[in-house]
Amino acid sequence: MRPILLSGHERALTQVKYNADGDLIFSTAKDQIICAWFSHNGERLGTYAGHVGAIWTVDVDPTTTLLASGSADNTIKLWDVKSGKCLMTWEFPTAVKRVEFNEDGTKLLGVTEKRMGHLGTIVVLDIKVDVNAQQNEEKAMTIVCEESKATVAGWSYLSKYIIAGHEDGSVSQYDAKTGDQLANYSIHELNTPVTDLQWAPDRTYFITASKDKTAKIITANDLEVLKTFVADTPLNSATITPKKDFVILGGGQAAMDVTRTSARQGKFEARFYHKIFEEEIGRVRGHFGPLNTVAADPTGKGYCSGGEDGYVRVHHFDKGYFDFMYEVERERANRLRQEAEQAQKQEQKQQQ
Amino acid sequence: MAPTFEHLREADLDEEEFDEDEVDISDLREKYEVQLEQGYDTFVVVDGLPKVTEEQKPKLIKFLLKKLNTVGRTREDQIYMPMDENGESLRFAFVEYSTKTEAANAVRQLDQVPLDKKHTLRVNKMTDIDRYGREGRIDENYVPPKIEPFTEKEHLRSFMADPSGRGRDQFVMYRGDSVGVFWNNEKDQPENIVERAHWTDTFVQWSPLGTYLTSVHAQGVQLWGGASWTRQRRFAHPFVNLIAFSPGEKYLVTWSNRPISIPDEGHPALSIDDDGKNYVIWDIETSKPLRSFAQLDAPAVAGEDPAARKVAKPVWPAFKWSADDKYVARMTPGASISIYELPRMNLLDKTTIKIEGVMDFEWAPATVQRDGVKSYEQLLSYWTPEIGSNPAKVALMSIPSKQVVRSLNLFSVSDAKLHWQSEGAYLCVKVDRHSKSKKSQATTLEIFRVKEKGVPVEVVDTIKDTVINFAWEPKGDRFVIITTTEPVGAVAVAPKTSVAFFCPEKPKKGQSIGNFKHLRTLEKKNHNAIYWSPRGRFVVIATVLNQQSSDLEFFDVDFEGEKPESEKDLSANLQLMNTGDHYGVTDIEWDPSGRYVATWASSWKHAMENGYHLYDFKGEQLREEAIEKFKQWQWRPRPATLLTKEEQKQIRKNLREYSRVFEQEDAERISSADVAVVEHRRRLLNEWYSWRAAVEEDVAEEREALGLPRDPVAALLQAKSAELGADGEQVIEEIVEEVLEESEEIVD
Repeated sequence: MRPILLSGHERALTQVKYNADGDLIFSTAKDQIICAWFSHNGERLGTYAGHVGAIWTVDVDPTTTLLASGSADNTIKLWDVKSGKCLMTWEFPTAVKRVEFNEDGTKLLGVTEKRMGHLGTIVVLDIKVDVNAQQNEEKAMTIVCEESKATVAGWSYLSKYIIAGHEDGSVSQYDAKTGDQLANYSIHELNTPVTDLQWAPDRTYFITASKDKTAKIITANDLEVLKTFVADTPLNSATITPKKDFVILGGGQAAMDVTRTSARQGKFEARFYHKIFEEEIGRVRGHFGPLNTVAADPTGKGYCSGGEDGYVRVHHFDKGYFDFMYEVERERANRLRQEAEQAQKQEQKQQQ
Repeated sequence: MAPTFEHLREADLDEEEFDEDEVDISDLREKYEVQLEQGYDTFVVVDGLPKVTEEQKPKLIKFLLKKLNTVGRTREDQIYMPMDENGESLRFAFVEYSTKTEAANAVRQLDQVPLDKKHTLRVNKMTDIDRYGREGRIDENYVPPKIEPFTEKEHLRSFMADPSGRGRDQFVMYRGDSVGVFWNNEKDQPENIVERAHWTDTFVQWSPLGTYLTSVHAQGVQLWGGASWTRQRRFAHPFVNLIAFSPGEKYLVTWSNRPISIPDEGHPALSIDDDGKNYVIWDIETSKPLRSFAQLDAPAVAGEDPAARKVAKPVWPAFKWSADDKYVARMTPGASISIYELPRMNLLDKTTIKIEGVMDFEWAPATVQRDGVKSYEQLLSYWTPEIGSNPAKVALMSIPSKQVVRSLNLFSVSDAKLHWQSEGAYLCVKVDRHSKSKKSQATTLEIFRVKEKGVPVEVVDTIKDTVINFAWEPKGDRFVIITTTEPVGAVAVAPKTSVAFFCPEKPKKGQSIGNFKHLRTLEKKNHNAIYWSPRGRFVVIATVLNQQSSDLEFFDVDFEGEKPESEKDLSANLQLMNTGDHYGVTDIEWDPSGRYVATWASSWKHAMENGYHLYDFKGEQLREEAIEKFKQWQWRPRPATLLTKEEQKQIRKNLREYSRVFEQEDAERISSADVAVVEHRRRLLNEWYSWRAAVEEDVAEEREALGLPRDPVAALLQAKSAELGADGEQVIEEIVEEVLEESEEIVD
């Protein structure tokens, strides 16, 4: 599994994102440029220039038509993926830390920073998935986080809920239509911020990463913690792999402490855990700074990670990865195959 | 006008008639009066005397005086023994000593001392009667003391019985603010026995036989034990810093850098005599202080600032115990060694042993039976440097006779270290010598064979390099030294070290143990520490507290394989079994059975990768756990075995049988654990997939109800590709030409 090293950024990575087909990777860094890459060979497709501050976040709609980005220049920009043209700019009083499209790409949420007397908010924008359409300038909805600011947020399946992770380690559930807070639970250790929130493919459950060195799988409906993954370092990002029942966690010694410690101590590794058994399976070394963001290919063929060191490393999984199975998993796979075969036979019989 | 001779009257001349009494000198008297001892501080009350008649009284007083004069000065007329109306004594006496301190000594040393078979002296201060007796503190009616009904206490050695029947060892871990005791489960998570937050303030320590766990607090020291981990003892030494047990667990020494200050209202355990003292020696059985000591001032050096002298670093342990807890000794550097007899804590023969220039001393760690010596003795070794024209000297002293039984003169000595072998069979003196010019250094090892007749001394190899570490094999006769080329000082990178192994030759005729010979040296290492297994044979050589490296090397000195031809005369076969690396390791400890080695990185030393590793004796890593704020690990010691030599031999003989049983048990346990793990995983897997099935069904239903496609993304992508297809799908035709072969022919 020789990784492809994408060295297009000059500063620390903030987010990497695959499109729905898994053929493109979008990356943002603190250097004000969004890059688009071909995932299979690491060739750069292009850049999206226009922001005048560090870019914190990026997302692409399910059809890879529109790209949204949020930046420290207090704006959300909407781009045409194909042409790289900026289609729309929304301005906010503070920096935008997270953007995410809902499952059909018609809504976009943005998380704004708490600063200069402004409370942290989650804003919702209506989007027309058409590069030629005039986008609506008005915000469809604003949720104000009065207790603890939101650090990350996302849309659940059917765009039913907005789920947000907070700076105090709690996770809340909002009604996506009214913006009412339905629930707020302390999930992670008190006052350890939730650093990432990524969805399972069908958006019925999600994984959160936190500085408290754990990642948790939580249901969207009732915010029940299903699984907990314990690491030995503060986590910045976590993602769920499709096809295989794994999760990938990324983190490492906080960036400000890195100069005081050696690389072996930084724990700059991507960690693979079994999603169901909560056991660590393996680690991938390579970065020489903490991993700020990890993303799994939606087609299940690989993953990529972006580090404080300014590199994106794209990995394509080997055969061994796909073959690896716990005894009980193999048992289940065999049973399912047999059942399928029998069903097929019976069908054939019936047809005869 | 002043009187002149002519003016003198008759009356003025007559001195006889001058009445001194008429002169009022009360103001002067008040001013210059010699203040006689007023209170009763010099008086003691002696109880518990036999009943005597007037005739027997002088005899008793005479007898009593003998005792009383051992601690101070008193006379017959300073003893008052009241008699009742029948002419019989009231079984007590008042005694006046010449000074207050003598009276205090009498209370401390004569109280509870038997007078004869039937009578035991009780000595109290006279002032105490005042203290205890005033304000109706004593009830007029005698109330018999209530004797609590006997309640059985928990067995303090219950820890020896492993409930799982596997003979596991216990250990304590102190991390964060929490202290926990665990069973060692090898590769698996250690089994917690007890866990308490804030159990100790500074550190924890097992007593030497493993009976108690000691916690250290600002108020003093507490001992815990038994199956329910209740408090067993309490020793209230305020602001205690360090503690040390006697080897037999009978006594405890506590030390605080702050002198004890007894508040006016008194102290629950200590008395006013302990005020200003730094060390307290306690009897563990009764929890009573036996005696307290002040810190010794550092030896005076001429011309030194007396203020600077105070900060002299206290040596620890200041009090060293003989192997059988009978004696405890403290050295006044350069002058003397004071030996105290337990349990009374009186100075042996009432004098300190004056040894001019004494630098260091060590007790033999075991009671040694010297060849041809029948009487009881404990051995003490010490060394003195060259003083004037006298040579430096290493001596072995027999206690209680205080006879020097062996001494060795040495020249050009700059330093010496005394290393006893664990059974006291050998004493190795590591002597650092300088050449006459004092420019070059060399080290010799002088080994006293204590158990052999006349205590012969053998000199082993002159070593050019500085020896930084030395360790005897416990219960064995081999040792390891670590040497380094440059003297250890403040350098950025520690110099390379060499590890040298020594062992005796195979004994020649008439010899029980052959001469010590160099076995092998391993060069260019970073090692700085030696950890022998408590059972001998295996040794871990490690690099601890080092920024750059942290290697562990596991050696077997009795390897059962092929032996090099050159070493066939030596009683050892060295083999490196395994190497390990524990980044940032600060401490290493073998478990008492010699089966496991724990290594840990303590947050007391640095904050990097704190946690522990566990190895087996072969050096195979069993476990590693990173624990934040990991401070301390300590294996629980075990008391000596109760099996006789024969029984142990029998076990060793049948080891194969036992190990078969144990191996079977282990295999069963592992397989059953595996089954449990697999079962657990199967359950998790089923739970997960049944949950997924339910969720997927619900979501599908909801989508259907809303009239949405099953997979939103797939549907959108499909729509998009259809759209793209509609407005002009591009067909790109590529023509590829491939050259299959090229050949050149020259036609002539």
